[in-house]
Amino acid sequence: MKEQLYAVKERAREALDQATTSEELEAVRVRFSGKKGELTALLSQMGKLSPEERPVIGQIANEVRTFIDAEIRAKKATLEQAELNRRLEKEALDVTLPGKERVIGKQHPLNMVLDEIKDAFISMGFSIASGPEVEYDYYNFEALNIPQDHPARDTQDTFYFSPEMLLRTQTSSVQVRVMEQTQPPIRVISPGRVFRIDEVDATHSPIFHQIEGLVVDKGITMAHLKGSLDLICKKLFGPETKTRIRPDFFPFTEPSAEISISCFKCGGEGCKFCKNEGWIEIGGAGMVNPKVLSHCGIDPEVYSGFAFGMGLERLVMGRYGVDDIRMFYDNDVRFLNMF
Amino acid sequence: MNVSYRWLKEYTPVDAPDKTVAHELNMTGTEIKGFRRMDEGIRNVVVCKILSIEQHPDADKLVVCMVDAGEEEPLQIVTGAKNMKVGDLVPLAKHKSTLADGTKIERGKLRGVVSNGMFCGVEELGLTVNDYPDAVSDGLLILKEGVVGRNICEQLGLDDTVFEADIMTNRPDCLSMIGVAREAAGTFRLPLTVKEPAVKGEGEDAEKYLKVTIEDKDLCPRYSARIVTDVKIAPSPMWMVERLRACGIRAINNIVDITNYVMMEYGQPMHAFDYTCLDGGHITVRRAKDGEIMKTLDDQDRALDSDMLVIADDVKPVAVAGVMGGANSEITESTATVVFESANFFGASVRRTAKKLGMRTESSARFEKNLDARMTVAALNRACELVEELGAGKVSPNVIDVDFSNKELRKIPLEADWIRRYVNVNATDEMIKELLERVGFAVDLSDGTVTVPSFRADVENKYDISEEVARFYGYDNIPSLFFSADIKSGGLTEEQKFEKNLRIALRSVGFSEIETYSFVSPKGLDKILLDENDERRNYLKIKNPLGEDTSVMRTTALPSMLEVLATNYNNRIPAAHLYEVATVYRKNAEEGKLPEEPKIVTVGAYGDGIDFYELKGRLSEVLDVMGIGNASYLPCKTNPSYHPGRTAQIKVGDTVLGVFGQLHPATVKNFELSGEVYAAELSLKDLIACACGTKGYKPLPKFPAVTRDLALVCDEGVLSGDIEAKIRAVAGEILEDVKAFDVYRSAALGEGKKSIAYSLILRDAQKTLTDGDIDPVVNNLLTALEADGITLRK
Repeated sequence: MKEQLYAVKERAREALDQATTSEELEAVRVRFSGKKGELTALLSQMGKLSPEERPVIGQIANEVRTFIDAEIRAKKATLEQAELNRRLEKEALDVTLPGKERVIGKQHPLNMVLDEIKDAFISMGFSIASGPEVEYDYYNFEALNIPQDHPARDTQDTFYFSPEMLLRTQTSSVQVRVMEQTQPPIRVISPGRVFRIDEVDATHSPIFHQIEGLVVDKGITMAHLKGSLDLICKKLFGPETKTRIRPDFFPFTEPSAEISISCFKCGGEGCKFCKNEGWIEIGGAGMVNPKVLSHCGIDPEVYSGFAFGMGLERLVMGRYGVDDIRMFYDNDVRFLNMF
Repeated sequence: MNVSYRWLKEYTPVDAPDKTVAHELNMTGTEIKGFRRMDEGIRNVVVCKILSIEQHPDADKLVVCMVDAGEEEPLQIVTGAKNMKVGDLVPLAKHKSTLADGTKIERGKLRGVVSNGMFCGVEELGLTVNDYPDAVSDGLLILKEGVVGRNICEQLGLDDTVFEADIMTNRPDCLSMIGVAREAAGTFRLPLTVKEPAVKGEGEDAEKYLKVTIEDKDLCPRYSARIVTDVKIAPSPMWMVERLRACGIRAINNIVDITNYVMMEYGQPMHAFDYTCLDGGHITVRRAKDGEIMKTLDDQDRALDSDMLVIADDVKPVAVAGVMGGANSEITESTATVVFESANFFGASVRRTAKKLGMRTESSARFEKNLDARMTVAALNRACELVEELGAGKVSPNVIDVDFSNKELRKIPLEADWIRRYVNVNATDEMIKELLERVGFAVDLSDGTVTVPSFRADVENKYDISEEVARFYGYDNIPSLFFSADIKSGGLTEEQKFEKNLRIALRSVGFSEIETYSFVSPKGLDKILLDENDERRNYLKIKNPLGEDTSVMRTTALPSMLEVLATNYNNRIPAAHLYEVATVYRKNAEEGKLPEEPKIVTVGAYGDGIDFYELKGRLSEVLDVMGIGNASYLPCKTNPSYHPGRTAQIKVGDTVLGVFGQLHPATVKNFELSGEVYAAELSLKDLIACACGTKGYKPLPKFPAVTRDLALVCDEGVLSGDIEAKIRAVAGEILEDVKAFDVYRSAALGEGKKSIAYSLILRDAQKTLTDGDIDPVVNNLLTALEADGITLRK
């Protein structure tokens, strides 16, 4: 009987080797370990054995059953894996075909850069102030120390609604409004649209954006103006950026300065973009003129401050190489999709 | 203003490369926009003397000249020029020379005869006939004076650099050679030397000739004049012509050139009248009479009015004060007696007059910035000194000087400690004194005061002084510090955050951001079919617009949006889905008050499957994300720009947030678009007001929901929104949500009927619902709907 058991084991091994599908495997299982299977049939004859033989043969029988069951499970796992692999292979897609379109709208490049600028200033504790675009002459000129007939008015050709009401030519008007309403310390930027009479061409637009900044507190000095501009420009144009100021004239600041940064195209070496100067002028700045502080009810003997302003369009044009300012206001979808 | 380097050196011994001069002046506030060597390109061109002229043996139009070019042997030159004769001095481009335009000249043969170079006219030297009054354009430049063999650039004063300075509006003193020289002296820490003019005054008593009356001393604080008799009008000497040329001024004759020269040197505009043209020998500075007409030197008739100041004789105006002289008293070849005027006029008045007459001159550009009244006599004397030097006439020994100007010099406390702190300069009192005195201030350290020179009217207080110190100390040398203010606020306000997030939400549902002009054409309002009395027609008009298309402040951004859509459509872009958070301008009812400037979220779209429900779905999602959860959508048939049957109003409570839908075909056509175009206009302010924060945590349900679908039949005119509202109201708390998911029409339902299928989600927070719980709710619901004629579909 011992031999018969080993023969069953041997036949089962052969049958398993030949099974290639789940169905064939099931047939093998039924043939050997099913209720009417070969092994069961053999074991039903155990009763005929002597009491001495029974435990020995029983042990062998168990051994054979365990072997067959384990082999079937293993074979089953192998076959299932193979079948899954075949299915997955059939399900394969052409991943180079395009995905389903889900459009996320694009941000206007001007606002994209403006958001970056706002974030940079907010990280330094600034707030964002805004003011009217249709403005009184007083806020746009008068309070900024630019009285009627001041030659500085010539450089900012103005759209008027009446002698007193105009389209602001500079966001500096917001400075005055902020200072009228807030006691120092003040730390604000005021970005926004400004308007000047200018025929439209590749570099001129009658509407453009400025970003004005204002800091007023006790003990603010020219070194703070320099340091802040330096920090801001590094944040906006990269840590390698160098900032330079040189004397300039604005009626609402004293001393006044023109701000230049090392060219972000060539790093200051000199290139076509910076006209070989290595520097790019980005705006104006200065210590807030005490007359302006007084106008706004802030005592210049107690407080001092600095202000700066820059044009947004030129920054964005420089950064992305946009060669025509009109692109910003034409809103061609192909242009908007570039950003 | 063009600044000749050579002329500059006459006042201060600057000795630095051109590039350094430009850079250093830039860094102290005199902006140098560029500079140019006047002899750029010219090499090996010299003065030569023509010794003989012979006909070319083989060419009728050529001659063969022997010239002395300062070499051992005479040189042979072949030329086609005709305007020279033996003995003339002319420029010669020798063998291996280059001309101003880069042309290289070499020895060569012309029709078989050797030519050792080429004679030059003005063009070859980079000049024009304007630079040399008696030069001809198609011949050689015949030199009036010259040294044979001398480099032509030296001979003509071309060995010079001209700096193009952009003078700031507050520094009229720098619109002069002396002014720029003073800045250069301060910049390079060098002395400045300006000689006091010395006039012999061998002519006749000025009082005998002229009387001056100032009627309007506010507008003319000072008028100084001197008489020149025995005038000999002649061309000016080369040195003066050259200097004027460097400044970009064309020489005319000695008297006129002197006035221009002094203006460039001192910054004081002057005028010369022909004395014989002055009726009554009497000059009155007065306002013009309304309707008075005068022909100015440029031969234009000018209509004057009483806001304008004129110089007049007893009969007529002879000059517009500070702007331009009259043709009636112009200096001519026959002028024998001259009145030199050197006056001071009130800047704002000159500016207004020049603007009104549309003529900005070198003179008005200076006067309008308010010049130094102290300067008139010095400039006048300088002019007279030049008259004597040039032998142009006899100068009166005396000056007529009517002077109402303020002579007092401004004194400002120095406050050196404050300056050191304010502009962070590390400078001793003595250094500060030195910096300031180089540019004309007088500093008294013992009493701690700064006396401001009269030509620096822009310096009024210690802040201005601090700028002067900082400028010459060098902005580059000021340290950089970061401020540390005690600020507790900062960051975006709630409104700013809302707007930022709203823009993000709009982009997330597929709209791209645009920016359009704030001023628009009023025709846009017609194109969007607004009624005549629509409040959006009450716009602000710009008095001086660029053109009709940009003449009014927009009251709606819809036309701009449609124009952008049209541009894209015409560019054959298949779809455009756009938004703008657009500021519009609502005229204030009160005259003279600023308009309101609300922002309107304006959406516009065509193509790529956009339809009413797509738009509504996207907008609802945006509203939901922005915390506006309870918006209702009502039909809006009355907005003229939109399709009356495909437009909805969005409301929260009683607040109308705005409108959206398909645009009226007529609107679409007006913008030369076609097909279905969609738009939305929502008020940002109202969106913010309605964002009541419906967002927040609620515990997740513990028991499952049950879904029941109901297909209801109703009349075609019934709104799904109303049915939904009814279902919500009747079902009560057990109803978690209800949504219409299908609309169906068929013959079986009957004409004028439709069926809407709803999906109801029911849930109880305390237990799992059974049919026994749900059936009564649904039956109750159906009974209530039946009362409104809405039945369950059989």
